[in-house]
Order: sequence, then C-alpha cells, then structure tokens
Amino acid sequence: MSHQVTAKTRPRSRGRRDGVRATLVAAVSTIVVFGALAAVVVNSPGWPAVQVSFLNGKVFLDSLPAIVRAFGVNVQLFLVAEALILVWALVVAVARSLPGPAFFPLRFLGTIYVDVFRALPGLLVIYILGFGIPGLGLPGVPIEPFFWAIVALVLLYGAYVSEVYRAGIESIHPSQEAAARALGLSRWQSLRFVIVPQAVRRVIPPLLNDFIGLQKDTVLVSYIGVVEIFRQSFIKQAGSFNFTPYLATALVFILVTLPLARLTDWLVARDRRRQARGAAL
Amino acid sequence: MTAATVHPPRVLGADVLRVEGLRKSFGGPDVLGGVDLVLREHEVVCLIGASGSGKSTLLRCIDLLEPIDEGRIVIEGEEITGPGVDVDRIRRRIGIVFQAFNLFPHMSVLENVTLAPRQVLRRPRAAAVAEADELLTRFGLADKRDDYPDRLSGGQQQRVAIVRALAMAPDVLLLDEITSALDPELIAEVLNVVRELAAGGMTMIIATHEMGFAREIADRVCFLDRGVILEEGPPEVIFRSPREPRTQQFLQRIIEAGRLQA
Repeated sequence: MSHQVTAKTRPRSRGRRDGVRATLVAAVSTIVVFGALAAVVVNSPGWPAVQVSFLNGKVFLDSLPAIVRAFGVNVQLFLVAEALILVWALVVAVARSLPGPAFFPLRFLGTIYVDVFRALPGLLVIYILGFGIPGLGLPGVPIEPFFWAIVALVLLYGAYVSEVYRAGIESIHPSQEAAARALGLSRWQSLRFVIVPQAVRRVIPPLLNDFIGLQKDTVLVSYIGVVEIFRQSFIKQAGSFNFTPYLATALVFILVTLPLARLTDWLVARDRRRQARGAAL
Repeated sequence: MTAATVHPPRVLGADVLRVEGLRKSFGGPDVLGGVDLVLREHEVVCLIGASGSGKSTLLRCIDLLEPIDEGRIVIEGEEITGPGVDVDRIRRRIGIVFQAFNLFPHMSVLENVTLAPRQVLRRPRAAAVAEADELLTRFGLADKRDDYPDRLSGGQQQRVAIVRALAMAPDVLLLDEITSALDPELIAEVLNVVRELAAGGMTMIIATHEMGFAREIADRVCFLDRGVILEEGPPEVIFRSPREPRTQQFLQRIIEAGRLQA
C-alpha cells in the first residue's frame, strides 16, 4: 500500500510508474520463490517414486467419481451438524449468560460442558461415542455410526461456537439492556429481542471460520465406520496401491473451502469498514 | 434567548412520585446522600448541577435501573423500592430517555417504537403500529418510520427515543441530559419536542445543562450538589436570586461560559 500513499504526493505519471514497478517486483519474486521450491522438490532423491505414487493421472481419474460421491456424506454430516450446532451452542451461550444466583446450576453445567469438550481431542470423543454408547447395548439407543458421528460433532463444535456466541453477547454495550429493561421488557425479553439478535450479527464471521474447521473435521468420523470421502479415498488407495486418491480428496476440500474462506474475509472487511464509519452494526 | 419566555402557570394535580431519604453509593462515597423529592401530576421539575452531582444517578434510581442503598420511592401511593416488587410492571409506568439515545440499531424506527407495546403490553400488531405511526407523525418522524437508526441524525434519533418511551404511555417521563450528546444545531428540535410534551401536561423530571431551557420550561428547579438537593424553587427564584453560595457559584460559572444570560 505504501506506493499508493506516496503516489498521491508525487506527479501522476511518476505514481503510475511506481505502481507498475510494484506489480513487476511482486511477479518476479513470486516466480523466483515458487520456482526455487519446485526445483528443490523435483530434484529431491525420492521425487521419481513420489511422482509415481501420488501423481498418477489414471488413478486420479479412476478414483475421482467415487470420491466425489462419498463427499456427499461429508456434506450431509456438515449440514445436519451445522444446523444443530447453531441452535445448541446458542442455548449453551444463553444459559451461561443468565445472571443471578438462581441460574447458578445452569451456568455451572454450561461451564463444565464447554471446558470438557474444548479439552478433549475430537477423535477421542468420536471414538468414545461411536463405539462406547452403541456398545452398551441399551434398548432403543441408536447404533448407527452416522447418528453418533453427528452427536460427537455437535458436542465438540457446540463448545467452541457457544464461546463465540458468548463473546458476541458480552460485546453488546450494557446501555442496550438498560434501554430494553427501562421499557419494561423482562430480562429474558431483552435477551431475545435486543441482545441476542445484535450478538449473532456480530459473530457471523468467526462462526463461518469455525464452520470451515467443522467441514474438514467431518473426515474424523471415518474412524467409526462412516464411509465418507476419507474412508473412500483409503479404499481406493488400498485397491490401487497408489496414494493419488488422497490428493484428489485434498483437492475437493480446497475447492469447497475457498469460497467459504473468501466469504469470511469479505464479511470481516465489511465489518471493519462499518466500524470505521462508526455504525453500531 | 430572552428571559421573558416563562410559561403560564400549570395546574398541578396530586402527588405522582415521592422520593424519601434516597441514598446510593457505588462502593465509595455517597453519590446520592439523602434526596427528598416530590413530583405532582403535570409538573415539570428540572435537575441542574455540575457533572457528577448525582442527576443521572437519581433518575436511574427512580427507574429502578440502579439498586438503592437507603430510602423509599413511592409512585402513586405504591412503594416501588420494597422487596418483591415486580420491577418490569413499575417500569411500564415510568419512561426514561438517555443521553446516548440507546436506540436498538438492528431494528427500524417503527420496530424500536412498537417493540415494548407489543411484547410488554401485548398490544396487537396493527394497533401498536397505528399508535406508533400517530406518535411519529406528531413529532415529524413519519417519513423515517422504516429507516434504521444509523441513517438518522442525532436529533432524529433522540426524538425517536422520546417517541419510543411515549409509546408505553408512561405516567412519568425522565429525561437524562437528552441534548448533551447532540451537535448544537440539533438541540432545538429535541427541546421543541419536550416543550410540546410539557404543554400537553406530561409529568417530567429533566436533568439538563440547558439553563435557558430549564428556566423557560420548569415549574420547579432543583440544584443538586454532591448528591443532595441543596436548593429548590421556582425558576425565577433559583436563577435570579439563589440563596446558597454554591448555587450562586455554579450559575456564575454558567453565565461566564456564555450558556445563560444573567
């Protein structure tokens, strides 16, 4: 950006020349850096073997349809879990935000839940729920791995997302609650109509960020026997003795994550512009 | 600004609000050190005094936004500071307008005004909207009803905040330095709204730094100093011949600052 600042103080033609030069420098340095990296990789002693086992065009094309189809399971996991997380985390966040001694047990339970599920590695929770609970053999308790995969993801991500919500609730200035209470709204009505709607709007960018993480972590449930994209690429790898299916899987994730990442950046930038304007939203 | 704009005497009704021996501290020295105040129906009382003298705290205590340490507040014969009082029910009868407007930024003007009538008074939507439209029209805000607060000027926002309080048809309206956050050219439009309310018989307590306005509109002026009402009386007495040296000092400084004509 510095060249733009100086451009304003100099004659116009000089400024444009600076701009062209900056673009040129960026292009050259990009080519040099990536060229050097490629040279190191290609000239490494194991490159021929890696090329064969990771970059096989035929295996790639063979495995791609099955992998993309299996990704449908991840999309299902993601969409169902996300919808449930949005509701569950808000319930937890509101429970932890209720003031007064009467609500202490709720706040206490909420705090324990958030602490425990943020501390546990995700894979561990998925194992314990996916194998442990069906293993109890209780009548009426579902045994489908897909069900427990959803439960595990909701509990894991609900803990994080409830903290994001709570930060949003606490960021709303106390004068907003005072204004609501002064109009005769109860504590609950103030939360529901005044505080939470503003808080949710404010935390949409960090929420999207967490959902990028969730999208990726759907592969963890492959460990309890859900055949999704990662399990499918493992099957394809085992069948072809070639690791290219993993590369195809990586590509799928990059392609679906990029738009979400850009959307998040755009929302953050928009928020920053609004704050600079001084608008409360 | 002429000093001869004193309104004709209002006919005052029965006692609406009584504050007795009100004490309040925020942990340190008393912010309010024993305040007694009686407000009669249709009366307009102005609270004047330096920043930190306790004007805002007194208003916030009356609306039960701050718990009080000692004393009682009685509204229309009902003590509202006792244990087990339903504060939400009390607050329906008292309206308050804040210095910083505190409109709800995620709601349009109309939604700001209709929220409490609909949720608290359980007014049907159509009725609440009709009443809000009537109030907005009366105060020149009809064309702003669908705008969001960040599209409005400070003066417009504060007028909306007044309308929002009026929509609950309160018995008493508390105005907490409602022009202090406004650019000078926007103050008049807000003060005109208050003038109209006074003319309509609204019972009000107004904390203000606008001395000319206080002199013009008040039935009674209370000078607060260090958390007590040091002196009170009709505006012509307080502003012309104050008894207490501290009142004299305060007014002298205001006159020197060019905010009041001697």
